[in-house]
Amino acid sequence: MTATEDEVFSAVTTALGPYCKEGTSITAETDISQDLTLDSVAMLDLLMELEEKFDVSIPLNLVPEIRTVGELAETVRRLKEG
Amino acid sequence: MALFDQFQDLIRAHSAVTAIGADPFGVKMERVVSPTEAIVEGRPTILVGTNNYLGLTFEPSCVAAAVDALEEQGTGTTGSRIANGSYGGHTGLEEALARFYGRRSAMVFTTGYQANLGIISTIAGAKDYLIIDADSHASIYDACKMTSATVIRFKHNDPADLDKRLQRLAGTPGNKIIVVEGIYSMLGDQAPLAEMAAIKRTHGAYLVVDEAHSMGVIGDKGRGVAEAAGVEADVDFIVGTFSKSLGAIGGFCVSDHPEFDILRVRCRPYMFTASLPPSIVASVTAALAVVERRPELRARLWANVSTLYDGLKRHGLSLGPQKGPVVAVHLPTPELAVAAWQALLKSGVYVNLALPPATPNGASLLRCSVCAAHSRHQLERVIETITDVAYQIGVLSEPAQAAG
Repeated sequence: MTATEDEVFSAVTTALGPYCKEGTSITAETDISQDLTLDSVAMLDLLMELEEKFDVSIPLNLVPEIRTVGELAETVRRLKEG
Repeated sequence: MALFDQFQDLIRAHSAVTAIGADPFGVKMERVVSPTEAIVEGRPTILVGTNNYLGLTFEPSCVAAAVDALEEQGTGTTGSRIANGSYGGHTGLEEALARFYGRRSAMVFTTGYQANLGIISTIAGAKDYLIIDADSHASIYDACKMTSATVIRFKHNDPADLDKRLQRLAGTPGNKIIVVEGIYSMLGDQAPLAEMAAIKRTHGAYLVVDEAHSMGVIGDKGRGVAEAAGVEADVDFIVGTFSKSLGAIGGFCVSDHPEFDILRVRCRPYMFTASLPPSIVASVTAALAVVERRPELRARLWANVSTLYDGLKRHGLSLGPQKGPVVAVHLPTPELAVAAWQALLKSGVYVNLALPPATPNGASLLRCSVCAAHSRHQLERVIETITDVAYQIGVLSEPAQAAG
């Protein structure tokens, strides 16, 4: 199964929904650590959730390079494609 | 941005905890009287937060060995094993550890932290994979940061998830190195090593087990969870520490790998730090002999574990999932955990306060560690005091006496 860009992006935004600041919405440019309310531990839990959903392993080494929601979705999509 | 601006969130969080008028992360032991007692804030205090599982910190044979070594060989080695040479005690301790574990080789490090840092970061090459338990100790995470290997986390103590992660890597080049701990330090739960060893065999992976909290504590000979699970042959590298059951400081790794000793000239946390002083090496060597000679200490520890775990459970407290020398009491919020921790200290009971993000699943914990040297009377007082405090802060509906 290949996941489309939209599918992955929509799953990522849904997972990040609870960490959205009041009155804002998540876009591809949303900065995960600056614009949302999740700390580094919550981020790792969220990654596990996405790994489970898309049947991929997201290497820990890639995490520091992921800044925006769009980058996170792109990372998951690329891993899914193998 | 000023240099320390990056710590502002941490400063706020720390201030929120110390607002109670005490610092749980800066407790001063004014005088340590025995493995289980100290004077804290002028009060005699029962120690239930030490990791001193066998109570060997005042063991006469260890103290005597340390004093002799201190007088005969001086206070320190003033250099690293590689640049400044090994003392007889270093190699003697390595031989004793290899014998204890029935392994070909052993390497001694200056701390347990450096043992994990050194072994994991050195054995994993750039094209290899480290597959680590999500609840791994900071030393394992830090080791991963030192490598160019690909680092993948699997769900804590979940063999099925580990299997899935390895399955995804099937056919990719590079060694797969699984890293787990025997007993996890926060909740005291044990790795399901029998299942994990089977998965390791299926996928042709390597297995590193950190037995920091389990050495001397579990297994027929006290060799840890791998021994208790009957899978020592599947563990390629056992890492451990001298700062818990052996009552001093230092770390080690044992292995059967025929080329293991090459790590001595490649492993940076081994090479670029001063070696353990002779007095520590002597006391650790003596402590290892005590572990071998006196299995009754382990039996006493586990009897004490049952007393504390069953006693707290009987009163309705929520505990870690598995009975063991680490007994974690769950409290509903960090604020209640801080309040309980302080009330306990004021009542003469010292436990560890463990708060998120250092804890799994955001848990707020009073972390107790049991010692073979705790008396029945001490543990009964600890149970009563914890129960009363939990009642005072509204976590339990009945005080100790009412619950019986």
